[in-house]
Amino acid sequence: MNGLQAAWAIARKDLRTELRTKESINAAASFALVILVLFSFAFDLGREELYAISGGLLWLVYSFAGALIVNRGFAREVPNDCLDVLLASPAPAWALFLGKAVSAFFLLVIVEAISLPVFGLFYNIRWTQNLGSLVLVILLATWGITVVGTAFSAVTVNVRLRELMLPVLLYPVLIPLLIGAMGTTTALFGGETLAGENASPLRLLIGFDAIYTALAVYLIEFVLIV
Amino acid sequence: MRMLAVEADRVWKYFGDYPALRGANLAVEPGACLALLGRNGAGKTTFLRILANLSRPTKGDVRIFGDASRGAEARRKVGYLGHGIGVYDDLSAIENLILFGELAGVAEPRRAAVEALERVGLERVKDGMAREFSRGMRQRLAVARAFLHRPEILLLDEPFTSLDDKAIAVLQSLLQDALAGGATIVMSTHQIREAMELATHVALLERGLIVHTGLRAPEMLNDPGWLYRTYGAQA
Repeated sequence: MNGLQAAWAIARKDLRTELRTKESINAAASFALVILVLFSFAFDLGREELYAISGGLLWLVYSFAGALIVNRGFAREVPNDCLDVLLASPAPAWALFLGKAVSAFFLLVIVEAISLPVFGLFYNIRWTQNLGSLVLVILLATWGITVVGTAFSAVTVNVRLRELMLPVLLYPVLIPLLIGAMGTTTALFGGETLAGENASPLRLLIGFDAIYTALAVYLIEFVLIV
Repeated sequence: MRMLAVEADRVWKYFGDYPALRGANLAVEPGACLALLGRNGAGKTTFLRILANLSRPTKGDVRIFGDASRGAEARRKVGYLGHGIGVYDDLSAIENLILFGELAGVAEPRRAAVEALERVGLERVKDGMAREFSRGMRQRLAVARAFLHRPEILLLDEPFTSLDDKAIAVLQSLLQDALAGGATIVMSTHQIREAMELATHVALLERGLIVHTGLRAPEMLNDPGWLYRTYGAQA
Protein backbone atom coordinates (compact mmCIF):
# COMPACT_ATOMS: atom_id res chain seq x y z
CA MET A 1 0.00 0.00 0.00
CA ASN A 2 1.49 3.32 -1.00
CA GLY A 3 1.15 6.57 0.95
CA LEU A 4 -1.86 7.86 -0.98
CA GLN A 5 -3.74 4.58 -0.51
CA ALA A 6 -2.92 4.71 3.21
CA ALA A 7 -4.19 8.31 3.32
CA TRP A 8 -7.44 7.25 1.69
CA ALA A 9 -7.81 4.35 4.17
CA ILE A 10 -7.39 6.82 7.06
CA ALA A 11 -9.87 9.26 5.48
CA ARG A 12 -12.44 6.48 4.98
CA LYS A 13 -11.99 5.39 8.58
CA ASP A 14 -12.45 8.92 9.92
CA LEU A 15 -15.51 9.55 7.76
CA ARG A 16 -17.05 6.22 8.75
CA THR A 17 -16.58 6.84 12.48
CA GLU A 18 -17.79 10.43 12.15
CA LEU A 19 -20.90 9.44 10.23
CA ARG A 20 -21.64 6.91 12.99
CA THR A 21 -21.05 9.19 15.94
CA LYS A 22 -21.80 12.55 14.23
CA GLU A 23 -19.73 14.18 16.95
CA SER A 24 -18.16 17.05 15.05
CA ILE A 25 -20.52 17.41 12.10
CA ASN A 26 -23.55 17.93 14.35
CA ALA A 27 -21.69 20.46 16.46
CA ALA A 28 -20.29 22.33 13.45
CA ALA A 29 -23.55 22.38 11.46
CA SER A 30 -25.62 23.48 14.46
CA PHE A 31 -23.08 26.15 15.32
CA ALA A 32 -23.01 27.50 11.75
CA LEU A 33 -26.80 27.64 11.48
CA VAL A 34 -27.29 29.24 14.89
CA ILE A 35 -24.68 31.94 14.22
CA LEU A 36 -26.15 32.73 10.81
CA VAL A 37 -29.65 33.03 12.24
CA LEU A 38 -28.51 35.11 15.23
CA PHE A 39 -26.52 37.51 13.05
CA SER A 40 -29.54 37.99 10.81
CA PHE A 41 -31.48 39.28 13.82
CA ALA A 42 -28.57 41.22 15.31
CA PHE A 43 -27.97 43.64 12.43
CA ASP A 44 -30.43 45.80 10.55
CA LEU A 45 -28.48 46.48 7.39
CA GLY A 46 -29.39 47.95 4.05
CA ARG A 47 -28.88 45.97 0.88
CA GLU A 48 -25.55 47.61 -0.01
CA GLU A 49 -24.13 47.15 3.48
CA LEU A 50 -25.32 43.58 3.59
CA TYR A 51 -23.52 42.74 0.34
CA ALA A 52 -20.40 44.49 1.64
CA ILE A 53 -20.16 42.24 4.70
CA SER A 54 -21.62 39.05 3.19
CA GLY A 55 -18.31 37.38 2.33
CA GLY A 56 -16.80 38.24 5.69
CA LEU A 57 -19.79 36.95 7.59
CA LEU A 58 -19.90 33.70 5.65
CA TRP A 59 -16.19 32.94 6.11
CA LEU A 60 -16.23 33.78 9.82
CA VAL A 61 -18.94 31.19 10.24
CA TYR A 62 -17.14 28.65 8.05
CA SER A 63 -13.82 29.13 9.81
CA PHE A 64 -15.39 28.73 13.27
CA ALA A 65 -17.23 25.62 12.12
CA GLY A 66 -13.98 24.39 10.58
CA ALA A 67 -12.18 24.70 13.93
CA LEU A 68 -14.81 22.48 15.53
CA ILE A 69 -14.24 19.83 12.86
CA VAL A 70 -10.44 19.85 12.73
CA ASN A 71 -10.26 19.83 16.53
CA ARG A 72 -11.48 16.22 16.43
CA GLY A 73 -8.93 15.23 13.77
CA PHE A 74 -6.10 13.88 15.88
CA ALA A 75 -8.07 13.94 19.14
CA ARG A 76 -10.02 11.01 17.68
CA GLU A 77 -6.82 8.94 17.92
CA VAL A 78 -6.24 9.57 21.62
CA PRO A 79 -8.65 7.02 23.18
CA ASN A 80 -7.08 3.55 23.30
CA ASP A 81 -3.72 4.96 22.08
CA CYS A 82 -4.71 4.47 18.44
CA LEU A 83 -2.23 7.11 17.32
CA ASP A 84 0.62 4.86 18.50
CA VAL A 85 -0.64 2.00 16.37
CA LEU A 86 -0.96 4.23 13.31
CA LEU A 87 2.55 5.61 13.79
CA ALA A 88 3.99 2.12 14.29
CA SER A 89 2.41 0.97 11.01
CA PRO A 90 4.34 1.22 7.72
CA ALA A 91 2.04 4.07 6.60
CA PRO A 92 4.06 7.31 6.50
CA ALA A 93 3.13 10.10 8.90
CA TRP A 94 2.25 12.38 5.98
CA ALA A 95 -0.34 9.83 4.82
CA LEU A 96 -1.92 9.91 8.25
CA PHE A 97 -2.02 13.70 8.09
CA LEU A 98 -3.36 13.80 4.55
CA GLY A 99 -6.10 11.27 5.35
CA LYS A 100 -7.23 13.36 8.28
CA ALA A 101 -7.15 16.58 6.26
CA VAL A 102 -9.21 14.97 3.49
CA SER A 103 -11.87 13.67 5.90
CA ALA A 104 -12.07 17.08 7.64
CA PHE A 105 -12.37 18.71 4.20
CA PHE A 106 -15.34 16.53 3.25
CA LEU A 107 -17.05 17.16 6.60
CA LEU A 108 -16.58 20.92 6.38
CA VAL A 109 -17.85 20.96 2.79
CA ILE A 110 -21.00 19.16 4.00
CA VAL A 111 -21.50 21.80 6.72
CA GLU A 112 -20.94 24.56 4.17
CA ALA A 113 -23.40 22.98 1.74
CA ILE A 114 -26.04 22.87 4.48
CA SER A 115 -25.49 26.41 5.71
CA LEU A 116 -25.03 28.23 2.38
CA PRO A 117 -28.74 28.06 1.37
CA VAL A 118 -29.69 29.15 4.89
CA PHE A 119 -27.31 32.09 4.55
CA GLY A 120 -28.89 33.02 1.22
CA LEU A 121 -32.38 32.76 2.68
CA PHE A 122 -31.84 34.79 5.85
CA TYR A 123 -29.70 37.51 4.27
CA ASN A 124 -31.44 37.59 0.89
CA ILE A 125 -28.13 37.09 -0.92
CA ARG A 126 -28.22 35.76 -4.47
CA TRP A 127 -25.50 33.17 -3.92
CA THR A 128 -26.34 31.05 -6.97
CA GLN A 129 -25.08 33.62 -9.46
CA ASN A 130 -21.46 32.68 -10.40
CA LEU A 131 -22.06 29.35 -8.67
CA GLY A 132 -19.10 27.64 -10.34
CA SER A 133 -16.69 30.35 -9.24
CA LEU A 134 -18.18 30.38 -5.73
CA VAL A 135 -17.74 26.62 -5.44
CA LEU A 136 -14.12 26.97 -6.58
CA VAL A 137 -13.41 29.64 -3.95
CA ILE A 138 -15.16 27.63 -1.24
CA LEU A 139 -13.23 24.45 -2.08
CA LEU A 140 -9.86 26.26 -2.16
CA ALA A 141 -10.43 28.12 1.10
CA THR A 142 -11.90 25.06 2.80
CA TRP A 143 -8.83 23.02 1.91
CA GLY A 144 -6.65 25.77 3.39
CA ILE A 145 -8.64 25.79 6.63
CA THR A 146 -8.58 22.01 6.96
CA VAL A 147 -4.92 21.56 6.08
CA VAL A 148 -3.71 24.19 8.57
CA GLY A 149 -6.29 23.10 11.14
CA THR A 150 -5.32 19.44 10.87
CA ALA A 151 -1.65 20.34 11.26
CA PHE A 152 -2.40 22.31 14.44
CA SER A 153 -4.68 19.51 15.60
CA ALA A 154 -1.57 17.30 15.52
CA VAL A 155 0.45 19.92 17.40
CA THR A 156 -2.18 20.19 20.15
CA VAL A 157 -3.20 16.54 20.35
CA ASN A 158 -1.45 15.99 23.69
CA VAL A 159 -2.21 19.43 25.10
CA ARG A 160 -4.68 19.44 27.98
CA LEU A 161 -6.52 22.56 26.76
CA ARG A 162 -6.43 21.65 23.09
CA GLU A 163 -9.94 22.99 22.39
CA LEU A 164 -8.67 26.39 23.51
CA MET A 165 -5.20 26.17 22.02
CA LEU A 166 -6.26 25.18 18.52
CA PRO A 167 -8.16 28.40 17.65
CA VAL A 168 -5.42 30.51 19.24
CA LEU A 169 -2.86 28.93 16.92
CA LEU A 170 -5.12 28.52 13.90
CA TYR A 171 -6.73 31.89 13.22
CA PRO A 172 -3.61 34.07 13.02
CA VAL A 173 -2.21 31.73 10.36
CA LEU A 174 -5.51 31.74 8.47
CA ILE A 175 -5.68 35.55 8.18
CA PRO A 176 -4.29 35.79 4.60
CA LEU A 177 -6.53 32.94 3.46
CA LEU A 178 -9.62 34.44 5.06
CA ILE A 179 -8.89 37.89 3.62
CA GLY A 180 -8.66 36.34 0.15
CA ALA A 181 -11.75 34.20 0.57
CA MET A 182 -13.83 37.00 2.10
CA GLY A 183 -12.94 39.51 -0.62
CA THR A 184 -13.53 37.10 -3.47
CA THR A 185 -16.80 35.81 -2.04
CA THR A 186 -18.11 39.33 -1.52
CA ALA A 187 -17.24 40.17 -5.12
CA LEU A 188 -18.98 37.04 -6.41
CA PHE A 189 -22.11 37.78 -4.37
CA GLY A 190 -22.08 41.26 -5.93
CA GLY A 191 -22.21 39.77 -9.41
CA GLU A 192 -18.52 40.16 -10.30
CA THR A 193 -16.45 37.40 -11.88
CA LEU A 194 -13.05 35.95 -10.97
CA ALA A 195 -11.35 37.84 -13.80
CA GLY A 196 -9.29 41.03 -13.39
CA GLU A 197 -8.82 42.29 -9.82
CA ASN A 198 -10.56 39.29 -8.33
CA ALA A 199 -7.99 36.91 -9.79
CA SER A 200 -5.35 38.04 -7.26
CA PRO A 201 -7.17 36.75 -4.16
CA LEU A 202 -7.80 33.52 -6.03
CA ARG A 203 -4.08 33.15 -6.69
CA LEU A 204 -3.51 33.87 -3.00
CA LEU A 205 -5.81 30.97 -2.07
CA ILE A 206 -4.01 28.62 -4.47
CA GLY A 207 -0.60 29.72 -3.18
CA PHE A 208 -1.68 29.43 0.47
CA ASP A 209 -3.00 25.91 -0.10
CA ALA A 210 0.11 24.78 -1.96
CA ILE A 211 2.56 26.22 0.59
CA TYR A 212 0.81 25.00 3.72
CA THR A 213 0.04 21.56 2.28
CA ALA A 214 3.70 21.10 1.34
CA LEU A 215 4.91 22.40 4.71
CA ALA A 216 2.52 20.22 6.70
CA VAL A 217 3.29 17.08 4.69
CA TYR A 218 7.03 17.66 5.16
CA LEU A 219 6.95 18.57 8.86
CA ILE A 220 4.21 16.36 10.26
CA GLU A 221 6.56 13.50 11.18
CA PHE A 222 8.56 15.85 13.40
CA VAL A 223 5.34 16.95 15.08
CA LEU A 224 3.94 13.48 15.71
CA ILE A 225 7.13 11.59 16.61
CA VAL A 226 9.05 13.49 19.29
CA MET B 1 28.07 -12.09 10.24
CA ARG B 2 24.40 -12.71 11.05
CA MET B 3 22.22 -9.60 10.92
CA LEU B 4 20.66 -8.59 14.22
CA ALA B 5 16.88 -8.36 14.42
CA VAL B 6 16.95 -5.37 16.76
CA GLU B 7 19.97 -3.21 17.43
CA ALA B 8 20.05 -0.15 19.68
CA ASP B 9 23.30 1.74 19.79
CA ARG B 10 23.91 4.19 22.67
CA VAL B 11 20.33 5.41 22.80
CA TRP B 12 19.70 8.51 24.91
CA LYS B 13 16.33 10.08 25.56
CA TYR B 14 15.81 13.27 27.49
CA PHE B 15 12.47 14.57 28.74
CA GLY B 16 13.42 18.15 29.50
CA ASP B 17 16.57 17.82 31.58
CA TYR B 18 15.74 14.31 32.75
CA PRO B 19 17.56 11.49 30.97
CA ALA B 20 15.06 8.63 30.72
CA LEU B 21 17.61 6.62 28.74
CA ARG B 22 21.35 7.04 29.20
CA GLY B 23 23.14 5.36 26.33
CA ALA B 24 21.19 2.09 26.29
CA ASN B 25 22.64 -0.63 24.06
CA LEU B 26 20.76 -3.71 22.97
CA ALA B 27 21.35 -6.43 20.40
CA VAL B 28 18.67 -9.05 19.78
CA GLU B 29 19.33 -12.06 17.56
CA PRO B 30 16.62 -13.18 15.14
CA GLY B 31 14.36 -15.76 16.72
CA ALA B 32 15.13 -14.71 20.29
CA CYS B 33 12.54 -13.80 22.88
CA LEU B 34 13.98 -11.11 25.08
CA ALA B 35 12.34 -10.09 28.32
CA LEU B 36 13.19 -6.48 29.09
CA LEU B 37 13.04 -6.22 32.87
CA GLY B 38 13.38 -3.30 35.20
CA ARG B 39 11.67 -1.48 38.02
CA ASN B 40 9.06 1.23 37.51
CA GLY B 41 10.64 4.29 35.89
CA ALA B 42 13.65 2.36 34.63
CA GLY B 43 12.88 3.42 31.05
CA LYS B 44 11.37 0.22 29.62
CA THR B 45 8.37 1.87 27.95
CA THR B 46 10.50 4.74 26.62
CA PHE B 47 12.96 2.24 25.17
CA LEU B 48 10.24 0.14 23.53
CA ARG B 49 8.56 3.24 22.10
CA ILE B 50 11.86 4.23 20.50
CA LEU B 51 12.29 0.72 19.08
CA ALA B 52 8.75 0.96 17.66
CA ASN B 53 9.38 4.38 16.08
CA LEU B 54 6.87 6.07 18.37
CA SER B 55 9.49 8.29 19.92
CA ARG B 56 12.68 9.80 18.57
CA PRO B 57 15.92 9.15 20.48
CA THR B 58 17.73 12.31 21.55
CA LYS B 59 20.98 10.57 20.62
CA GLY B 60 21.81 7.13 19.31
CA ASP B 61 20.58 4.83 16.64
CA VAL B 62 18.03 2.02 16.32
CA ARG B 63 18.06 -0.53 13.51
CA ILE B 64 15.57 -3.24 12.61
CA PHE B 65 17.22 -5.99 10.54
CA GLY B 66 19.84 -3.44 9.56
CA ASP B 67 17.34 -0.78 8.43
CA ALA B 68 16.71 2.47 10.29
CA SER B 69 13.66 1.90 12.52
CA ARG B 70 11.99 4.98 11.00
CA GLY B 71 11.84 3.45 7.53
CA ALA B 72 8.68 1.86 6.15
CA GLU B 73 10.53 -1.40 5.48
CA ALA B 74 11.55 -1.70 9.14
CA ARG B 75 8.05 -0.82 10.40
CA ARG B 76 6.49 -3.40 8.10
CA LYS B 77 8.43 -6.06 10.04
CA VAL B 78 7.28 -4.84 13.45
CA GLY B 79 4.12 -5.57 15.41
CA TYR B 80 3.52 -3.40 18.46
CA LEU B 81 1.29 -3.99 21.46
CA GLY B 82 1.41 -1.11 23.91
CA HIS B 83 -0.47 -0.10 27.02
CA GLY B 84 -3.56 0.99 25.07
CA ILE B 85 -5.47 -1.57 23.04
CA GLY B 86 -5.06 0.46 19.84
CA VAL B 87 -8.46 -0.27 18.28
CA TYR B 88 -11.32 2.06 17.41
CA ASP B 89 -14.44 1.80 19.57
CA ASP B 90 -16.72 2.97 16.75
CA LEU B 91 -15.55 0.40 14.23
CA SER B 92 -16.50 -3.25 14.24
CA ALA B 93 -13.88 -5.87 15.05
CA ILE B 94 -13.43 -6.76 11.40
CA GLU B 95 -13.39 -3.13 10.25
CA ASN B 96 -10.61 -2.45 12.76
CA LEU B 97 -8.51 -5.33 11.53
CA ILE B 98 -9.12 -4.61 7.83
CA LEU B 99 -7.97 -1.03 8.39
CA PHE B 100 -4.77 -2.07 10.14
CA GLY B 101 -4.24 -4.83 7.58
CA GLU B 102 -4.47 -2.27 4.77
CA LEU B 103 -2.04 0.05 6.52
CA ALA B 104 0.39 -2.82 7.11
CA GLY B 105 0.28 -3.74 3.43
CA VAL B 106 -1.37 -7.14 3.95
CA ALA B 107 -2.26 -8.59 0.52
CA GLU B 108 -5.80 -9.71 1.41
CA PRO B 109 -6.80 -7.66 4.44
CA ARG B 110 -10.30 -9.12 4.83
CA ARG B 111 -9.10 -12.70 4.76
CA ALA B 112 -6.24 -11.90 7.13
CA ALA B 113 -8.70 -10.15 9.45
CA VAL B 114 -11.08 -13.14 9.51
CA GLU B 115 -8.19 -15.52 10.21
CA ALA B 116 -6.87 -13.27 12.98
CA LEU B 117 -10.31 -13.12 14.60
CA GLU B 118 -10.55 -16.91 14.46
CA ARG B 119 -7.16 -17.20 16.16
CA VAL B 120 -8.33 -15.13 19.12
CA GLY B 121 -11.85 -16.62 19.26
CA LEU B 122 -13.76 -13.52 18.13
CA GLU B 123 -14.99 -14.73 14.74
CA ARG B 124 -18.61 -14.93 15.93
CA VAL B 125 -18.67 -11.27 16.93
CA LYS B 126 -16.67 -9.94 13.98
CA ASP B 127 -19.38 -7.41 13.06
CA GLY B 128 -19.85 -6.19 16.63
CA MET B 129 -18.60 -2.72 17.55
CA ALA B 130 -15.44 -2.76 19.65
CA ARG B 131 -17.11 -0.47 22.20
CA GLU B 132 -19.72 -3.19 22.88
CA PHE B 133 -17.06 -5.79 23.70
CA SER B 134 -16.11 -6.85 27.21
CA ARG B 135 -12.66 -5.87 28.45
CA GLY B 136 -11.30 -9.34 27.74
CA MET B 137 -12.69 -9.36 24.19
CA ARG B 138 -11.19 -5.95 23.50
CA GLN B 139 -7.83 -7.20 24.72
CA ARG B 140 -8.04 -10.21 22.43
CA LEU B 141 -8.93 -7.90 19.55
CA ALA B 142 -5.80 -5.86 20.36
CA VAL B 143 -3.73 -9.05 20.31
CA ALA B 144 -5.25 -9.99 16.93
CA ARG B 145 -4.38 -6.54 15.63
CA ALA B 146 -0.74 -6.82 16.72
CA PHE B 147 -0.32 -10.25 15.07
CA LEU B 148 -2.41 -9.47 11.98
CA HIS B 149 0.39 -8.94 9.48
CA ARG B 150 2.51 -11.77 10.93
CA PRO B 151 5.36 -9.45 11.94
CA GLU B 152 8.93 -10.68 12.12
CA ILE B 153 9.49 -8.66 15.29
CA LEU B 154 7.00 -8.21 18.10
CA LEU B 155 7.48 -5.32 20.51
CA LEU B 156 5.25 -5.85 23.52
CA ASP B 157 4.94 -3.42 26.41
CA GLU B 158 3.63 -5.17 29.52
CA PRO B 159 1.64 -7.60 27.36
CA PHE B 160 0.21 -9.66 30.23
CA THR B 161 -0.82 -6.75 32.42
CA SER B 162 -4.56 -6.64 33.11
CA LEU B 163 -5.32 -9.44 30.64
CA ASP B 164 -7.96 -11.94 31.67
CA ASP B 165 -7.13 -15.66 31.78
CA LYS B 166 -8.41 -16.36 28.29
CA ALA B 167 -6.52 -13.45 26.78
CA ILE B 168 -3.30 -14.56 28.55
CA ALA B 169 -3.74 -18.07 27.13
CA VAL B 170 -4.42 -16.69 23.64
CA LEU B 171 -1.43 -14.37 23.81
CA GLN B 172 0.94 -17.06 25.10
CA SER B 173 -0.21 -19.44 22.38
CA LEU B 174 0.28 -16.79 19.67
CA LEU B 175 3.69 -15.88 21.04
CA GLN B 176 4.76 -19.53 21.10
CA ASP B 177 3.56 -19.95 17.50
CA ALA B 178 5.38 -16.78 16.48
CA LEU B 179 8.60 -17.99 18.10
CA ALA B 180 8.25 -21.37 16.44
CA GLY B 181 7.85 -19.53 13.13
CA GLY B 182 11.13 -17.67 13.67
CA ALA B 183 9.78 -14.35 14.93
CA THR B 184 11.75 -12.20 17.36
CA ILE B 185 10.08 -10.89 20.49
CA VAL B 186 11.07 -8.05 22.78
CA MET B 187 8.73 -7.61 25.72
CA SER B 188 8.90 -5.42 28.75
CA THR B 189 7.21 -6.85 31.78
CA HIS B 190 6.86 -6.90 35.52
CA GLN B 191 5.22 -10.32 35.40
CA ILE B 192 8.42 -12.27 35.43
CA ARG B 193 6.92 -15.74 35.83
CA GLU B 194 4.79 -15.48 32.64
CA ALA B 195 7.64 -13.87 30.74
CA MET B 196 10.21 -16.46 31.79
CA GLU B 197 8.10 -19.26 30.32
CA LEU B 198 8.74 -17.73 26.89
CA ALA B 199 11.98 -15.79 27.25
CA THR B 200 15.21 -17.10 25.81
CA HIS B 201 17.13 -13.96 26.79
CA VAL B 202 16.79 -11.24 29.40
CA ALA B 203 17.94 -7.65 29.64
CA LEU B 204 17.88 -5.62 32.82
CA LEU B 205 17.29 -1.89 32.49
CA GLU B 206 18.13 0.35 35.43
CA ARG B 207 17.85 4.14 35.41
CA GLY B 208 18.01 4.31 31.64
CA LEU B 209 20.93 1.95 31.22
CA ILE B 210 21.00 -1.72 30.18
CA VAL B 211 23.08 -3.21 33.00
CA HIS B 212 22.82 -6.84 31.95
CA THR B 213 21.90 -8.85 28.86
CA GLY B 214 22.24 -12.58 28.47
CA LEU B 215 20.54 -15.91 28.24
CA ARG B 216 17.72 -16.58 30.64
CA ALA B 217 19.25 -18.35 33.60
CA PRO B 218 17.43 -21.41 35.02
CA GLU B 219 17.32 -19.66 38.42
CA MET B 220 14.92 -17.05 37.02
CA LEU B 221 12.13 -19.57 36.47
CA ASN B 222 11.53 -20.10 40.17
CA ASP B 223 13.04 -16.97 41.64
CA PRO B 224 11.79 -13.72 40.06
CA GLY B 225 14.12 -11.60 42.20
CA TRP B 226 17.29 -13.48 41.26
CA LEU B 227 18.17 -11.22 38.32
CA TYR B 228 17.81 -8.03 40.36
CA ARG B 229 19.86 -9.44 43.22
CA THR B 230 22.59 -10.69 40.92
CA TYR B 231 22.93 -7.88 38.38
CA GLY B 232 20.94 -4.94 39.77
CA ALA B 233 22.34 -1.80 41.35
CA GLN B 234 22.16 -3.38 44.81
CA ALA B 235 24.03 -6.51 43.65
